[in-house]
Amino acid sequence: MSATEHILIVVGVLFVLLNIAAGLIWVERRLLALWQDRLGPNRAGPLGVLIVLADTLKLFFKEDWIPPFADKWVFILAPAIVVGSVLLSFVVIPFAPGIVVADLNIGILFFLAMSSLGVYSIVLGGWASNNKYALLGALRGASQMIAYEVFMGLSLMGVVMLSGSFNLGDIVAAQQNLWFVVTQPVGFVIFFIAGIAETHRLPFDIPEAESELIAGYHAEYSGMKFGMFFIGEYLGITLISAMIVTLFFGGWLGPAFLPPLAWFVIKLFFFIGLFILLRASLPRPRYDQLISYGWKIILAIVLANLLITGAIALWLRG
Amino acid sequence: MISHLRTMWLVFLHLFKKKVTIEYPEEKAELHPRYRGRIVLTKDPDGGERCVGCYLCAVACPVDCIALQATEDENGRRYPDFFRINFSRCIFCGYCEDACPTYAIQLIPDFEMADYNRQNLVFEKEDLLIDSQGKYPGYNFYRVAGLEAGVKKKGEGENEEKPVDVHSLLP
Repeated sequence: MSATEHILIVVGVLFVLLNIAAGLIWVERRLLALWQDRLGPNRAGPLGVLIVLADTLKLFFKEDWIPPFADKWVFILAPAIVVGSVLLSFVVIPFAPGIVVADLNIGILFFLAMSSLGVYSIVLGGWASNNKYALLGALRGASQMIAYEVFMGLSLMGVVMLSGSFNLGDIVAAQQNLWFVVTQPVGFVIFFIAGIAETHRLPFDIPEAESELIAGYHAEYSGMKFGMFFIGEYLGITLISAMIVTLFFGGWLGPAFLPPLAWFVIKLFFFIGLFILLRASLPRPRYDQLISYGWKIILAIVLANLLITGAIALWLRG
Repeated sequence: MISHLRTMWLVFLHLFKKKVTIEYPEEKAELHPRYRGRIVLTKDPDGGERCVGCYLCAVACPVDCIALQATEDENGRRYPDFFRINFSRCIFCGYCEDACPTYAIQLIPDFEMADYNRQNLVFEKEDLLIDSQGKYPGYNFYRVAGLEAGVKKKGEGENEEKPVDVHSLLP
């Protein structure tokens, strides 16, 4: 791969991702509205897609307020971390054969490391805001991330065992005959649940629970700094959906009448839609319920899954 | 777990349900006949103003948005010299309509009176008077009142007895 090609891929991936993340504002609002028997924003432009532009402009022109009691530099740094860490995770995702920014041998580990770094933005944002609601949100975010990080990693180990590689390209190639969702259904469900908790989307939006904590860790943020958290959340949804597609639903693999990239995008948007459906349908659990559910039930299931998968893999190899 | 999946499926089916949204400028909501919207001053069946300038509406108004000045014509019939409603203050409570003894002031089902200029929301009598009897057709205050004000002679009103001749001893 030549240097120009590489730069083209990097710029292209960045451009498409940021546009998807912005476009999800519209997708989410329209879909949520339709599922609540409403129509949603449909005035600006065809089907209302220009609401994205309007929203972005609005965020840019809002007052960018840094509270006098906040820790200024940490306050500014926090929203950059969430977007940065999520965008870095996309580096390892193979969108189609040849379209991957960095074909790392330790792709899954890199993804896990980067998504763990994302928690710093919540903790730092909540701490620097110097606001009790923000701090409570940050505390919840930290404990939720620590809890669900564990299952996220463990649920992927089954896939790693079956494919024998940490490289995401190899994992996709190993699903040529059978998607891993068939052989690792428990791993898929747990990765999905952990993914929701990881992106702190509803129903696991406990760090920002509006009804309890105003807006949680980003209560003090406004303007484009809030916009960064917003975009970071949508990028997170895209990232988890892309990981689910890559690890369990055969990535770019699909019947030959569509190009590989198209298959990837179709699957990606299916899971993004599923994330939004979850938001539309499920209520938020209590904080202690979420944590005890994680440590007492999911940890046991995921360890059992790991044990059984390992035993079968060993037995198959004879 | 099963109930969660069922919930998600049922919510998904809402995609195909009829939407409740009324797309307003193209599609208008149906308003009831007694909807409390814009305020008008009605006229009696003979084409005269119903308002007798009693100030009860101005007194009843909780936001003091009605201002008027009563005057009389040569027959002794009272009418408002000016009648001014500031719709940028009006809360459309309908108390003025309740208070009105002559059915003159009425609220009609029309709310589309948004404006860029606040001063345009101050309606004078010419803007308020409509050429209609509103919700109470056939009612003319001066035909049922005892007062003689150029509409009918004393004793000729509806349900009104002839004046008693107090100088006569006959029953």
